[in-house]
Amino acid sequence: MSATLLLVQTLNGLQFGIILFLIAAGLTLVFGVMDFINLAHGVQYMVGAYFAAAFVAWTGSFAAGLALALPAALAFGLLLEVVVFRHLYDRDHLDQVLATFGIILFLNQGVKAVWGAAPLLVPIPPALSGSIELMSGLLYPVYRLAIIAAGLAVGGLLYVLVHHTRAGMLVRAGATNAAMVSALGVDIRRLFMVVFGFGAMLAGFAGAMVAPILSVEPGMGDNILILAFVVIVIGGIGSIRGAFLAALLIGLVDTLGRSFASNILRLVLDPSMASQTGRAIAPMLIYILMAAVLFFRPTGLFPVKR
Amino acid sequence: MTGLPAEAAQTAVAPPARWRGCILPLVLFGLFAVAPAFARHGGEGYILALALRVMILGIAAMSLDLILGYGALISFGHAAFLGIGAYAVGILMSHGVGDAFGQLAAALAASALFALVTGAISLRTKGVYFIMITLAFGQMLYFLATSLAAYGGDDGMTLPRKSLVLGTRILGEGHTFYYVVLACLVGAYLLCRAIVASRFGRVLRGTRENPVRMQAIGFNPLAYQLAAYVIAGALCGLAGFLLANQTEFVSPAFMTWQRSGELIVMVILGGLGSLHGAIIGAAAFVILEEVLSRITELWKMIFGPMLVLVALFARGGILGFFRGLRRG
Repeated sequence: MSATLLLVQTLNGLQFGIILFLIAAGLTLVFGVMDFINLAHGVQYMVGAYFAAAFVAWTGSFAAGLALALPAALAFGLLLEVVVFRHLYDRDHLDQVLATFGIILFLNQGVKAVWGAAPLLVPIPPALSGSIELMSGLLYPVYRLAIIAAGLAVGGLLYVLVHHTRAGMLVRAGATNAAMVSALGVDIRRLFMVVFGFGAMLAGFAGAMVAPILSVEPGMGDNILILAFVVIVIGGIGSIRGAFLAALLIGLVDTLGRSFASNILRLVLDPSMASQTGRAIAPMLIYILMAAVLFFRPTGLFPVKR
Repeated sequence: MTGLPAEAAQTAVAPPARWRGCILPLVLFGLFAVAPAFARHGGEGYILALALRVMILGIAAMSLDLILGYGALISFGHAAFLGIGAYAVGILMSHGVGDAFGQLAAALAASALFALVTGAISLRTKGVYFIMITLAFGQMLYFLATSLAAYGGDDGMTLPRKSLVLGTRILGEGHTFYYVVLACLVGAYLLCRAIVASRFGRVLRGTRENPVRMQAIGFNPLAYQLAAYVIAGALCGLAGFLLANQTEFVSPAFMTWQRSGELIVMVILGGLGSLHGAIIGAAAFVILEEVLSRITELWKMIFGPMLVLVALFARGGILGFFRGLRRG
């Protein structure tokens, strides 16, 4: 029984980690290549979820809704880039924090104005609904498995894009030394724009994928943004590989911590004490992990070499 | 956007500028001092509550300005200290310790200690990593507060009354609390001014400009930054102590990361690295929030773009804007 629970929670942790990776991948590139702190990345995830909800309701099909939501998220990211972000690349981090904080405020209320404050529900596509029996006595929702598969596929695609294409090479070069890349005749502004739009689309994709299992509501991106920051800082800013491993680590630690911290503490503490401390410690685990990583490796686990 | 232009402006103008530097803070504190007299003509409770909020958040923002404006340490977890100060009041009161001095001592000690420990770890990192690790410590404390079931957990707790002074409820009477907060604000301002003007403050500014050079001429930048971080944390703990007493309520919402972001916004909005700019920023933030939320429920859709415009065009915040006007 307990082993089954452990397996289920591990899968849940993997699924959560995959979603975190989709968000963190864009964030770490924008951060690494442009040295730009984008607090508004979380609301782009939220906007992606809203686009998915709206288009799925409009077309009546999840696949069609997703197919429309992705370009919409991309277009929205590019719009933000042109209107606001590109004017902030040369500024210091404080100006970027101020402006992107303003965008969070605007969009969190903006979606409320357009879609209302009540959470939107997106039905799980019929083809992916229900559960399958992974082993005897272990039922797991198909849709969550689909998220894991989709995330891994995107991760693989990203790996190929970043490591085996010319654009990816420029992105890697930009993360190492943007000024030098620019001096070698690459239109760095256009590169920034592409990276930015792509990151926004990935965040939007993550939002669209979780729309059927979470409620789509204003402010849904605020907390996941912080988790994505934790991921990219642990992984090392600018490193896709680091983001991938750190996202899985954070997803697993957070999910398993929340369900098993009390049980583990019960080995050394009395039951009521253990459950209390367990509940207190579980949500703090990932931040403790992050502080510990930064204490020993001040630039994360997989720093981009300069 | 370091504080350099501000100082350059101050030295560029002849001696009267020394006076001019004092006028704005004096006017500011004067306004706070006479506010109760004016408020008597109507809407007293409302106006005073607003002014109190401005002053308390002003202390918090000013403490952040000390490390942000003078030390270039972008702390994204400053609201944690607000929470520590507030919870010192709430936790002690729920155990029957209602005395203001005891609570204040606990608030200052706890926030200074938290600043010392987290600062010693955070300051090992630089730049973006520093921003993120301070954020992590803030989040840690936030989640700790939400899990404190004995002290209200997620919902927070309502305090039975304001803190007692020598066993009396004097803080709850008349305008006493208002003037106590004003005295704290002025005291905190003078303290910060003195710190900034001292040798310590000059070394701190030196580390902001170039830590390596400071090290080369024999200073240990880390020690100075850590000391500034601890002072700022304790001052913000004071603001938390006052905030709990004003609202007679304590909750984890005091230390969300959004609140830390708001404190940064206040400092930048007012003008980085000028101390009274942080108070002006707090006032602008609180008043804009009040005014706009009366116009529309969706006031953040106006406020958000305003922040973007400030970031894009009004470098140096409100103070910088006026300085620009004077120079023509």
